[in-house]
Amino acid sequence: MTESVRTRGSISRRLTLQLAAIAALLALLSWGMIRGFSQQAAEQTQDNILAASVTAIAEELRSEAGQIRLEIPYAAFSMLGAINEERVFYRIVSDGETLTGYDDLPVVQDGEISAGVTFETLTYRGDSVRMAMVGRTLFASERAVPVLVAVAQTRNAVDAISARISRAAALVSVAFFVLAAGLSFWAARVSLRPLTAMAQTVARRGPSDLSPFETTAPHEIAPLLAALNRFMDRLSASLSRSEDFIAEAAHRVRTPLATVRTQAEIALHAVTRDENKEIMRRVIRAVDESSRSAGQLLDHAMVSFRTDNLTRNDVDLVDLVTEVVNGLRPTAEMKDIRILTELSPLRVQGDAILLQNALRNVLDNAIKYSPADSRVTITLRQAGAGAEIRICDQGRGVNGADTATLTERFRRGENVGNVVGSGLGLTIAHEVARAHGGRLDLAPARKGTGTCVTLSLPFS
Amino acid sequence: MRHAFASILLSAALIALAGAMAAFEVEEHGRFPGTPADGPELRLIGTAELRVFAPLIEDFQRRHPEITVDYTTASSAEIFRALMEEQARFDLAISSAMDLQLKIANDGFARSYTSRETTRLPSWARWRDQVFAFTSEPAVVVISPERFEGLELPRSRHQLVSLLRDHPERFRGAVGTYDVRESGLGYLFATQEARSSDAFWRLAEVLGRLDVQLYCCSGQMIDDVASGRLAMAYNVLGSYADQYVDPRSELEIVTLEDYRNVMLRTVLIPATAQDPARAGLFVDHLLRSGNAANFEGPRILPPLRDPAMRDTSDFGPIRLGPALLVYLDELNRTAFLDAWSNSVEQP
Repeated sequence: MTESVRTRGSISRRLTLQLAAIAALLALLSWGMIRGFSQQAAEQTQDNILAASVTAIAEELRSEAGQIRLEIPYAAFSMLGAINEERVFYRIVSDGETLTGYDDLPVVQDGEISAGVTFETLTYRGDSVRMAMVGRTLFASERAVPVLVAVAQTRNAVDAISARISRAAALVSVAFFVLAAGLSFWAARVSLRPLTAMAQTVARRGPSDLSPFETTAPHEIAPLLAALNRFMDRLSASLSRSEDFIAEAAHRVRTPLATVRTQAEIALHAVTRDENKEIMRRVIRAVDESSRSAGQLLDHAMVSFRTDNLTRNDVDLVDLVTEVVNGLRPTAEMKDIRILTELSPLRVQGDAILLQNALRNVLDNAIKYSPADSRVTITLRQAGAGAEIRICDQGRGVNGADTATLTERFRRGENVGNVVGSGLGLTIAHEVARAHGGRLDLAPARKGTGTCVTLSLPFS
Repeated sequence: MRHAFASILLSAALIALAGAMAAFEVEEHGRFPGTPADGPELRLIGTAELRVFAPLIEDFQRRHPEITVDYTTASSAEIFRALMEEQARFDLAISSAMDLQLKIANDGFARSYTSRETTRLPSWARWRDQVFAFTSEPAVVVISPERFEGLELPRSRHQLVSLLRDHPERFRGAVGTYDVRESGLGYLFATQEARSSDAFWRLAEVLGRLDVQLYCCSGQMIDDVASGRLAMAYNVLGSYADQYVDPRSELEIVTLEDYRNVMLRTVLIPATAQDPARAGLFVDHLLRSGNAANFEGPRILPPLRDPAMRDTSDFGPIRLGPALLVYLDELNRTAFLDAWSNSVEQP
C-alpha cells in the first residue's frame, strides 16, 4: 500500500540534518572560541614577560650626580630569550631624549606615560611587534624627570602558536562534528523507532482485522494511535452496515421475486390458452431477468467489498471449477449444451468465493450466449507462473469488441439480441482477476464461431 | 690547494686596495678561484685568520669546485659595522663575537635559512634560523712553563688571583689579556665572566696592579707567550692555542675549572647577500664540519661538540639570545668599560 502514498521529506533525515547542523554550528563556535582563547593566552604570555622585562629595567633606573643612570639587567633580556626566539627592541626615553636603545622605536610622548605597564601592537621595521611600556619619574638636578622604558618583541611566535592551536582546534572540531553527526543519525533513528514499530504492526494486520491496537506508544505518538483506533472503529461499523445492507437488499429483492416466479409457474400451468401461456412465459422470463440482475448487482457489491479486503487462502482450482460446472449444468442441459472440462490439478492463493463467482459469471455468460445443442469447453492449465482457466463457447462471438470495453460496468456487446443480461458478468470476473493480480482476456475462438474467455491467475 | 695558495695574495697593496674600497678596516684578503674561474662567487667575511679558515674553504671547493670563494678577515666590530652601517655585500659573515652576530640578526640584517643540517643543530646552537654555531671554543689560560717554574699551575680564578698576588715580581708586565675596548671577543668573554664569576673584578684589580699587557688578538698573545715575553696569557681562544701548542709543546694550556667561558663561532647570511642559495651550501658545509661525528675534512677549528657529548648545553656555552644585547647597550658598555679601565689601568 505504501507505493500509493505520496511521500514528502523524511522525519529521520530532517532530524539528522537539523542535529548535524546544530553540531556544525557548535563545532564552529568552539573552534572560534579555542582560537580566540589561544590567541589571547599566547598574547598574555608575551605581555607578561614583556611587562616583567620593562619592570626589571625600570627598577634599575637611578639618578646619579644629576644624571639618569641605567644598567640594563641581564635578566631583563634573557627572560625574553627564554620563552621564544623573537627579535627584541627597546628604547629608554628620559625627558624626551633617547637615553639608550633604538631611537626610531615609536613610543608615546612624555605627557602620556603611565606608571602602570601599558601595551601596544605596532609595526616596526616591517614586522608586527608587541611593545610594553612603563613610566617612572626620577629626581635629577632637583627636578622631576619622566623616564619611559619600552621593550618590544616581534609576534611571530604568538602567531605561530595561535596558528598551531587553531589547526589543532579545527581538527578537534571536525572530529567533534563527525561524531555528533553520527550520533544525530543514530538518535534520529532511535527516536523514530516507535513510529516504525507501529507502522509494522499496522502492516502485519490481516485485511479484516479492525480491532483496536493494544500496544503502548510514546506520549507523542499516542494521539495518532488513538485516532487510528477511532478510525478503525468507524470503518468497522461502516463495513458491518454495508454488509447488513447487502444481506438486507438480497433478502428484500430475491424473496418477493421468487414468490412471483412460483406464482407465475402455477399460473402457467393453470391457463389453457396458448396466448396466455405465452404471456406467462414472458412474465417468468422477465422475473428471471430481474432476479438475475439483482443477483449480479449483489454479487458485484459483494465482489467490490471482498476485493477491497482480499483474503488469500489455498484454493484448489479443480474443485472450484467442478463445483461451478455442477451448479450450472442444469441450466446448460435445458439448452442441450454440453460442458466439456479438461482440468490439470492446480492451486492458487486467493479468495475462493470471489473466484467461484467470477467463474460462474463467465460460464453463465458462455451458456447464455451459446446456441442450443452446442459445446462449452473449460480448460484449466498452467501458463507461466500462474493458472489459466479458458472457457470457450460456440456462440455468436463478440464481434471484434475489445476486452476493455466489454468489462466496463453495465456495458453489453452490440449483438446480444434478445438474450437477457445486466452487463455485469464480465465486469465482476475482470475485477476478481485484477484483485488477484491476474487478468481477463476475451478472444474469438480459434476455429468456427464463438468466444474464448481466459482468466489468468498467478500462483501467489 | 696548490693553485689556491698561489692565489692567496696577502700583499700590502691588495689590502690597501681593499681598504680603500671599503670604509671598514680589512686585515687580510684571500681569493680561492673555482674551476672555471668565472663561475659563481661567494664573498665571505670573518674574524678567523685566513690561515685558520683556508682549509675549510678548500674542503668546500672539493665539493663545489665551480664556486670561487673570496674571504676577507676583519675584526668582529668591523664586520658589524660593514654589515649594519655600510650594507657591504657579503654572502656570509662568520664571527666569534656572538653578541654582534646576534644583534645583526635581531636588527633584521640577516636572512633566514633552513636545511637538513640547520634543523639537526641543537636549539642552543642556533637562533631564529639565522645565526648558526659551528664551533665551540673555550677561553683558556696559556702559560709559559719556563716562566712558571717552581709554581703550581692554577686550577681556578681564586688560585690564579692568589698566585699573581703572591709573586708580583715574577708577573709584573708579563701577563697578557684582551683589551676589551678593542676586541669584540675579549669584551664578550669579559662581560660573560663578570656576570658569572665574582673573581673577575678581583682578577682585573690584580692584573691592573701587575701592569697587564693588553692585546687585540689571541694570536699575538700566544706568540708573545711562546717567545717568552709573557709568562701567561689570560682568556685566550683555546682553538688558537691548540695550533701553537701541538708542534712545540712548550706552552701549557690551562682550563680553569670554576667557570668555563665557551664561545660559539657563528655564521649568518647577511640580508645583503648576493647569492643566498650558495651561501646556504657553505653554511651546511660549516655545520657539517662542526659536527664531529661525520666530518672527515681537516680539523683546524674545534667541533661544536664532541661526539660523546649529549645534546645539552651542560658544558656552558654562552647562550645565543637577546640577553647578548644587554652588554651591547651603550650605557652598559660605557659603564662596564669604565669599571674595567679603572681596574686594569692603574696609575
